[in-house]
Amino acid sequence: MTYPVIRRHDAVYPTLLAQLHDPPAQLYLRGSVDALTGPAVAIVGARSCSSYGAQVGRTVARELAAAGVVVVSGLARGVDAEAHRGALDAGGCTVAVLGCGIDRDYPRRHAELASRIVESGAVVSEYPPGVEPAPWRFPARNRIVAALAVATVVVEARSRSGGLITADFALELGRDVFAVPGEITSGLSAGTNELLRQGASPLLAAADVLDAMGVEPKAPAGRSVSSAAEAVLALVSDGVRDPDALVRASGCSSGDVAAALVELELAGLVATADGEYRAVVAV
Amino acid sequence: MLAASRQIPPGALLEHAAIGELALDGRLRPVPGVLVAAEAAGRAGVHRLICPVESAAEAKLAGVDPVPVAHLADVVAYFRGAYRPEDVDALPRSRANGGAAVPDLADVRGQERARRTLEVAAAGRHNLLLSGPPGTGKTMLARRLPGILPPLRDDEALEVTRIHSVAGLLPPGHGVVGERPFRAPHHTASAPAVIGGGSPPRPGEVTLAHHGVLLLDELAEFARPALEALRQPLEDGVVAVARVTGRLLFPARFVLVGTMNPCPCGARGDPGHECLCAPQRLAAYREKVSRALVDRFDLVLTVPRARSREYEGGAGESSGSVRGRIVAAAERLGGPALPFDPAAEMLLARAVDTLPLSGRGRTRVRRVARTIAALAASEAVRAEHLAEALSYRTPTELRAG
Repeated sequence: MTYPVIRRHDAVYPTLLAQLHDPPAQLYLRGSVDALTGPAVAIVGARSCSSYGAQVGRTVARELAAAGVVVVSGLARGVDAEAHRGALDAGGCTVAVLGCGIDRDYPRRHAELASRIVESGAVVSEYPPGVEPAPWRFPARNRIVAALAVATVVVEARSRSGGLITADFALELGRDVFAVPGEITSGLSAGTNELLRQGASPLLAAADVLDAMGVEPKAPAGRSVSSAAEAVLALVSDGVRDPDALVRASGCSSGDVAAALVELELAGLVATADGEYRAVVAV
Repeated sequence: MLAASRQIPPGALLEHAAIGELALDGRLRPVPGVLVAAEAAGRAGVHRLICPVESAAEAKLAGVDPVPVAHLADVVAYFRGAYRPEDVDALPRSRANGGAAVPDLADVRGQERARRTLEVAAAGRHNLLLSGPPGTGKTMLARRLPGILPPLRDDEALEVTRIHSVAGLLPPGHGVVGERPFRAPHHTASAPAVIGGGSPPRPGEVTLAHHGVLLLDELAEFARPALEALRQPLEDGVVAVARVTGRLLFPARFVLVGTMNPCPCGARGDPGHECLCAPQRLAAYREKVSRALVDRFDLVLTVPRARSREYEGGAGESSGSVRGRIVAAAERLGGPALPFDPAAEMLLARAVDTLPLSGRGRTRVRRVARTIAALAASEAVRAEHLAEALSYRTPTELRAG
């Protein structure tokens, strides 16, 4: 099978990419070349992210994609995959940059995700078919991720991790860097919190990125949930995450709290992982 | 032989059957399975059963007249009319599970969600999977399930007694088993130990748990063949053991409770620890459970790490009081199926669109919603019942792929 190739001096070669001091000589492509032309934001982060990182990555990607922004990431486990999924949730467009040959789905478990990305977006690589994934190719991949996007969002990153390399490339290119604040006690947020200290913009909502880009956020759909669900949502937003604690704090029965949480989940207002609940929209 | 050698009058043997192990010194020793043998004798029209003294009470349960004997000489004396056996009293109901008392739910502090899930599981006989870090009380909760299931009906009790009698689990002089069995095989148990087998074939743990609870603690540690073998009993309520001599069907209708850690090292989801599992290992661990069984659990409860403040929860309701609600709900579930009201149907349609929910998952949610409606003594399954049922679905972390 042959793959379309975009060469350095082709008209469709992304102009943002050309700003790198060592732009790739060619990009192999699966999917639509149009995906490389829209305004794009990179969302990157730890492979072994926490449930917090996964939810934030997915939600931010969803909201950016809903506003018409292309979400760029690296198809890795964790935050990368969540970012791609979030964009697909919103019916948006997303681009995955591989650190191996264009014919490889790496990691293999994301093969299905890659095929969904290709339907509306693109999978690209500077490596021809057959090139094996290797650790030293990932930083090179990260420069393409950063260069394709007008801004880079780092969701969770340990100190000295791949996400920070992407942020460094973005800074070199003079692009905006956003970091999602995390708990200071969590090693997974050490890198992002350090970015904030160095002057990255804190990301408190997807709208922060859209504002910087001058893109109108999509008007949030009016939500109508029961009063019991509103009360539970208020508690979840205050950081009460454990269903038992919610039962005690709300004074409702366990069954009623469970029903309210499912109602909120279906409305996209809370998300659950490992038995705990978290508010999805920053209130 | 005694009759043939004229030591006892021939013809006296009519209407008599005998069971027991004859020792070389002429004494009779008890054997397992007297209840079943006595019932078979009764069905064959034989109403007197000569049996070891220890087994007399058990034979009495089957409705035959036991002739308790301690020695072969007693048998001869009996047939010559020189020995009249004493009347045997039918025994009161005894405890299952080696006499240990079933622990009470009142001992559980806090854990409101887990208590509620147990209640739903007991009312609808739903299989339950408890997932959570070590030390969150998963096993402790599971052990309290038999105590809130509706009490055994008489026919169920006899069935359980029969099985435990054959398996030799009943001490001599026991009565009908009065409590629901609770079986918790260790995770090193082999497939034949779990489903039954051997020569002659013996009932396995699934059959010993008939009408009771089967707890598989550390579900993911069980050997794959043992887990796979559970599929048939879970679906059909019986287990077929194929032997050279034929195929045997053992009854095996039980509530399955599984527990598992969220990951092999147990630290995942615990804010105080960091999970050290390699992603491949985590994926393999979850896939094992998921492939084998996750689809068979109607209820999946993820127990988060209990932090110190969680122990603030007061002492809970006692098993007896919870059981009252469960008996009422189980009666309602035995009646005509509760209809779904339109709002509930709409919510389910929306959930299928939004959440990853398989066809089988959908069926399970409907079943659980009916149980919840029955617990609420509602005339129909309403949206709130369905929503609660959805909260016990298989979480994304445990889904295959």
